[in-house]
Amino acid sequence: MPIPNLLAELSDRLIYSAIAVYALAMLAYAYQAARRSHPVPEDAPRLEPDAAGAHAAVPDPQPPTAGGRPAIRDAAARRTERIAAALTTLAFVLHVAGVVARGLAVGRAPWGNMYEFTTAATLAATAAYLVFLRRGQPVRDLGVWVLALVTLCLGLAVTVLYTPAGDLVPALNSYWLVIHVAAAIIAGGVFTVGAAATGLYLTRRRADARDAGGQATRGYAGRLPAGATLERVAHTAHLFAFPVWTFAVLAGAIWAEDSWGRYWGWDPKETWAFITWVLYAAYLHAQSTAGWRGRKAGWLALAGYAAFWFNFVGVNLFITGLHSYAGV
Amino acid sequence: MTESIGAWPGNAVAEATASRPAEDTLEDTALSHRLEEAARPGVMAVPPRPTGQGLVAWARWAWRTLTSMRTAVLLLLALALAAVPGSLLPQRGVAFDPGAVTRFLADNPVVGPWLDRLGFFEVYSSPWFAAIYLLLMVSMTGCVLPRAARLWQSARAEPPRAPTNLARLDDHRRATVAAEPAQILQAAASHLRARRFRVVVDDDSVRAEKGYLREAGNLVFHLSLLALLFGVAIGSLFGFEGRVIVVEGASFTNTRLQYDEFTPGPLTDAAGLSPFSVTLDDFTARFETAGPQRGSARDFQADLTVLRTPGGPAEKVTVEVNHPLQVEGTKMFLTGHGYAPVVSVIDGRGQTVFSGPVVFVPFDGNLSSEGVIKVPDGQPTQLGFEGFFLPTASVDPAAGPRSLYPDLVDPQLLLTAYTGDLGLGDGAPQSVFRLDKTDLSQVMVGDEPFARALRPGESMTLPGGQGTLTFESVSRFANFQIAHDPGKELSLVAAVALLLGLTVSLAVRRRRVWVRVSAASAGGAATVEAASYALTRREPVPGELSSLLAALPGAEPGGADASPHDRED
Repeated sequence: MPIPNLLAELSDRLIYSAIAVYALAMLAYAYQAARRSHPVPEDAPRLEPDAAGAHAAVPDPQPPTAGGRPAIRDAAARRTERIAAALTTLAFVLHVAGVVARGLAVGRAPWGNMYEFTTAATLAATAAYLVFLRRGQPVRDLGVWVLALVTLCLGLAVTVLYTPAGDLVPALNSYWLVIHVAAAIIAGGVFTVGAAATGLYLTRRRADARDAGGQATRGYAGRLPAGATLERVAHTAHLFAFPVWTFAVLAGAIWAEDSWGRYWGWDPKETWAFITWVLYAAYLHAQSTAGWRGRKAGWLALAGYAAFWFNFVGVNLFITGLHSYAGV
Repeated sequence: MTESIGAWPGNAVAEATASRPAEDTLEDTALSHRLEEAARPGVMAVPPRPTGQGLVAWARWAWRTLTSMRTAVLLLLALALAAVPGSLLPQRGVAFDPGAVTRFLADNPVVGPWLDRLGFFEVYSSPWFAAIYLLLMVSMTGCVLPRAARLWQSARAEPPRAPTNLARLDDHRRATVAAEPAQILQAAASHLRARRFRVVVDDDSVRAEKGYLREAGNLVFHLSLLALLFGVAIGSLFGFEGRVIVVEGASFTNTRLQYDEFTPGPLTDAAGLSPFSVTLDDFTARFETAGPQRGSARDFQADLTVLRTPGGPAEKVTVEVNHPLQVEGTKMFLTGHGYAPVVSVIDGRGQTVFSGPVVFVPFDGNLSSEGVIKVPDGQPTQLGFEGFFLPTASVDPAAGPRSLYPDLVDPQLLLTAYTGDLGLGDGAPQSVFRLDKTDLSQVMVGDEPFARALRPGESMTLPGGQGTLTFESVSRFANFQIAHDPGKELSLVAAVALLLGLTVSLAVRRRRVWVRVSAASAGGAATVEAASYALTRREPVPGELSSLLAALPGAEPGGADASPHDRED
């Protein structure tokens, strides 16, 4: 068997292994979230909607590097959390190896079709999550959601979207493929962390509003970090991802000029990249607008994330355009 | 957008503190709260309605509303929504498939015309789409330019004086330092200067500010958007886009008449096109021969002889996908290819009345192609042929004639014939890819239409001696897109500036730091207070104050006592 085929097969196995470990890590995070007791009151300053406090960084009472809040009374839950983080790292390593093996097997950047793009984009999502975790950001509660998305997408990739290793159509044969798509993948990964944080922020905020009137926020939402903390994580993620996405769109325009003779032609893929960009721009502006900061801004960010995914799934599968050659 | 990405830079504070002593502003709780609100993101949501009746008052209110952040957010949202239908409905002039709008109108006779009237088939050039982005640009400019003026002022102003109660600020630390106050202040000032703060030393305090570049980046970002819009406008006003099919051996000269399709802008100088010409010497295509992606295109190459100027030196150039030919500002791109069967036709009198390649248009991935051959010089009757060209032929009883592979493995030309009047005499423009069958009658054999499948070298003779067609050989043709966009350099510069401005405005945190020293106590130790205040929506830089305090002479390691104001309430 020639080496490229061996590598392609190795890549497939590594991706399958990564899926299995991701699933375990996700279960560990879920177990940890379920076991954790409610945070102690001073740990969870209430988010006052649209008050100046929404800006003020609510400091973590412990140095963030300590890895958590006193919320976790339960030593078992803390241990589970460490296990979950370790499993995520292991799955990530397998995932990296899988993507690299695929790249070696096909002799080009491993993101030339929907299957490869999905494996690379989910890798970026895990990477973004791990970077946030390493930097002491309070993202632990995002773990179960990010990993659920990663596991689901990888599962769909290997079943529905799978494409055997092969060469590309001539239109994709350009170094811009490496630059443009890599930027889109990185932005997508960080947007995922931003979207997960925003989703939890909206959940927490809603629960806070529901349980307003003295008593502590109950249920799952009550165990989440304070709304302001989640909002800050989301904001940080979006602040990083937005310029990267801008770069991806601009690089795409330069490539389009090189291959089709016009840098912008309102092709469906371009249109949805533009819609995504405008929605995230609206989010960033809304974060600075009284009456929009917080809840409405959060929905704008989620709309931007939905547009990002629609651009990948909907435009590739349901709309005919110049980018349709990407192949399933 | 008053506030672009992220933050209100605290101009209100800057102005307030510049005009009066800082103590006044932050001493009064209510006032300081207002200022805090004003300093933070999101002040200029919507200005209050004017109380007076005057036209000027209303105009001012309208302008303020238009340039407010809330309007900007709503316009951005509207822009995103307005862009959606253009990606779901077929579009004129931008579509991948030029016939899509006509087909959609035929399929939807009720809704279609209404959508057409409302501009839904030309969304991106429709008045309502233009209205949104133009309003957005006006809103943005009206917001950004006054900010540029304020930036200029604040860049020349000193950092404001320290507020009385430093403990109220975002991040506040206190330490006891065994050193002289003046020495401490000097040390703090040089520490901050080394970190490129703008520093002013007062009697008992140091004030410093950093991150002016943030506002500059923000400004560059927004102005670049305007420049980008200009670049796009210049391109669509003065540029053009055209398409042409060139068969192997044939030439193309860059004049308007030689284009199969030419789309100029309203101000394009169509007579002044760059006068180059090209000859397609050879076209090669390579396809995947095995595996699951068998038949996928792998490599296209068009070998051209180029004359950059009429009568100039001939130059051999290879054009590939992603590697266009560039002549001055005009670019020629390879966008597709297909086959042109070479045929010759002998008419009823025995004279050769047609000879040459005929372009057949591919309609699937394996280059199954369809086309027509028109022989207007045929006597006693004009001749027309219609049918398919299949590079690797298979006639499936269910699916009809289809090619199995895009390369020439078993090329066949499948034709039926027509006689009569081709309808070319009345001067009305006619597609070269379709027969006008109004005055034509199909050649029949009994009840069946006359039809033949020819391999290269084979001939077919029409019943009754009306003519003979010979399939000589197969040539390839290439589709070229030719474009000239005089606005693209400006757009590129704007795009680069846009990205730089955006990155700077999001990455730089504008902040102020104050250090105050209380007089040394009996033991010779002075109390030092340091506080920082973020003018952006991001938390203060971690560790900035502790490293400042640690750098003071006589500081004890870890002696700083953090007291963020949130926890005092």
